[in-house]
Amino acid sequence: MAQGEVKHDYHLVDPSPWPVVGALGVFLMMIGAAFWLNKTYAGFGVLAGIPWIFAIGLALVLYTMAGWWRDVITESVVEGAHAPVVKLSLRYGMVLFIVSEAMFFAAWFWAWFNFALFPYDTALTGWPPAGIVPLDPWQLPLLGTVILLTSGTTVTWAHHAIQTGNKRGAILALSLTVILGVSFTVLLATACAQAPFSFGFKGAALTAFTDPAHTSLAAGQGNLGAIYGSIFFMANGILGIHVAAGTVFLAVCLGRAIRGHFTPTRHFGFEAAAWFWHFVIVIWLILFVAVYVFGRG
Amino acid sequence: MSDAFEIADVGTVHEDHPRGWRRYVYSTNHKDIATMYLWFAVVAGIAGGGLSMLIRAELMEPGLQIFKNPHLFNVLVTGHGLIMVFFMVMPALIGGFGNWLVPLMIGAPDVAFPRLNALSFWLLPFSFALLILSLFVDGDAGGRGAGSGWTSIAPLTTTGSPGPATDFVIFALHIAAASVILGAINFITTILNMRSPGMTLHKMPLFVWSILVTAFLLLLAMPVLAGAITMLLADRHFGTSFFNPAGGGDPLLYQQLFWFFAQPALTAVMLPAFGIIGHVVAAFAKKPVFGHLGVAYAMVTIGFISFMSWADHLYTAGLTAGTRTWFMFAALAMVVPVVVVISSFIATLWGGSITFKPPMLFAVAFIVLFTIGGLSGIVLANPGLAPVLHGTAYVMAHLHYVFGTSAVFAIFAGWYFWFPKFFGYLANETLAKIHFWITFFGVNIAFFPLHFLGLSGMGRRIADYSDAYAGWNFVSSIGAFVTGGGVVVFLIMLVEAFAKKRKAGDNPWGAGATTLEWTLSSPPPFRTFNELPKIT
Repeated sequence: MAQGEVKHDYHLVDPSPWPVVGALGVFLMMIGAAFWLNKTYAGFGVLAGIPWIFAIGLALVLYTMAGWWRDVITESVVEGAHAPVVKLSLRYGMVLFIVSEAMFFAAWFWAWFNFALFPYDTALTGWPPAGIVPLDPWQLPLLGTVILLTSGTTVTWAHHAIQTGNKRGAILALSLTVILGVSFTVLLATACAQAPFSFGFKGAALTAFTDPAHTSLAAGQGNLGAIYGSIFFMANGILGIHVAAGTVFLAVCLGRAIRGHFTPTRHFGFEAAAWFWHFVIVIWLILFVAVYVFGRG
Repeated sequence: MSDAFEIADVGTVHEDHPRGWRRYVYSTNHKDIATMYLWFAVVAGIAGGGLSMLIRAELMEPGLQIFKNPHLFNVLVTGHGLIMVFFMVMPALIGGFGNWLVPLMIGAPDVAFPRLNALSFWLLPFSFALLILSLFVDGDAGGRGAGSGWTSIAPLTTTGSPGPATDFVIFALHIAAASVILGAINFITTILNMRSPGMTLHKMPLFVWSILVTAFLLLLAMPVLAGAITMLLADRHFGTSFFNPAGGGDPLLYQQLFWFFAQPALTAVMLPAFGIIGHVVAAFAKKPVFGHLGVAYAMVTIGFISFMSWADHLYTAGLTAGTRTWFMFAALAMVVPVVVVISSFIATLWGGSITFKPPMLFAVAFIVLFTIGGLSGIVLANPGLAPVLHGTAYVMAHLHYVFGTSAVFAIFAGWYFWFPKFFGYLANETLAKIHFWITFFGVNIAFFPLHFLGLSGMGRRIADYSDAYAGWNFVSSIGAFVTGGGVVVFLIMLVEAFAKKRKAGDNPWGAGATTLEWTLSSPPPFRTFNELPKIT
């Protein structure tokens, strides 16, 4: 069956080195993380405990991201390859990506509620565990909530400015959003640093069943409060990474807004960033209510 | 990798695709990427199958013959499970057949995100490399490699395995999860947004339906696995205590999270198998699938239920009686839509004009084997029986009937069915039938005795066993080696087909093969549907 010239609007992407280069970067990151984390493993020789292979892999991944998305922007803005049906695909894709992210957070909230709702199914005697003094939600965490909600309004302001062709307004609103995002990240780090409980077993590396926690458990004591800090810091840390990534995404959009990439009808890159931003705000709100307020006991 | 799957020389004139290694390494073409997926699955299947040969060789007789260090046996069992699930069955059914067929069947020129598609593929070999590398570093005190089973249950994977091998496995799973999530996003978007004019959801071929449901299951389940193994990693290295009771943690949490992922994920592996069998049965009975829409919605129902029945794997983990009862009902409810699918295939055969070509042989065998596996599944779904059968060879028999044979038979059915379409050559029918009969007898001799062994109490994942189990284990090992011989015949069939180069016509199967891909040349040109087909 002969296939004549292209008579559809779908985007047939040119061959690209980025997938294989990015996959190699991920591989180096992962194997580098194994070297980095296993500081005492003799089998790695000089590689044990060095962070550099991880760093090289990370750099390659970031380079791939920059190059890949530069190509996407070129295809959209310069080549005009993004017909309406392609933009619709991009929307589907972003929504589905956010859905998968939501399920990733579901795992962490599952862990939290597993202990916060059913502490008696484990070795705990209540929630929060005995001896844990939680953070006061109505101080820095509340301020963080206010900052994020404000950034939600500024990003919507930016959207309206783009839709009405108000470039100056869009740049101003996006700048404010980025500043608020950075502020929140700093605030979250500060709040976590002030937390009056430790990260798991105070960051102690895992050892076999001879460490004090295990032996004391055998004696009927145990450091049962370690679970509180474990989930608290992991969940907050992963949220913080997402806020930082969303901030970078918005900062890229700010750069594109300054260059005039966005028109009232074509600005999906910005919309994707805004969707992602609203998603992390919602996750923070759930975290604030579930972990900071409800989980305080 | 000869020039066997060079597409350029089959008579289409305007082929402007890149040549040489760049064509594949930089590929953004769904057909080339799908072909790479298929060959990757063949390689991984030989590796994982080779491990199972060693496992059965060890289990052929009581005592330790091959693995003086039983840890190594555990490592092979772990590797076999992970390779077969993540690097053979999933890449073949979803990456390979899905990538080849979804755009062709819905009349789309390519997938929605061709570059992302390439990333999905390229993450896999690197993930596989990490898994292989784990064999060369320490696991637990027993030696090299991760021997904690494909489920990676804590504390076997935390305090039980201080060496870095488990880290390699965790990272391999992280990468594989990313690959699968990206692939799922791609398939859902393609199916929802790129169907050609007139291809409504209800007209969509069954295989596309199965991939749609599968993609949703994987999209929702895989991130939960990513979360669970991140917690494992944190417990191993950052001093957290998610699964460590000494720190107030809960080992059961890992099992809950893992099976919340694994139940839908394993279901997701079976659905494309159903889709393939539907096409093959319809083509060789020369009848449309009986109750096409009923099968499609039954698959959607299977997907829903798979998210509500994960703890049917945890009956012996200390759940309350009420919880076990709920999950028993949920797991048994799965039977209803599954029977809808299987009986619809039988109804398709009923009164059909049947020809037993190689794909049809595999498809009919699939119906038999999946029924056997499904029946033992009903037994295992009962919390009253589970304490007796949990952790025995009976579970091995069950899972190998539903995955080890059914899913693989579906892959072979699809392989022989679409081989002429994908590669442009006809397979040797005699060799294909020899392959089928050897494999069919081999797997049944290998796996049916495991029922008896499990019922009489033989544990799984153990390198040695009591002399009382010797007889059936010997039989089972003979069956495994016969199956291995079947794989050799399969490889001979491949070499023969690519050497003889018997050109295939557009549709070698006749009137029963009705989907869009049979209207294209064999193999299809590099770019298809430059003008979208109108479906009436």
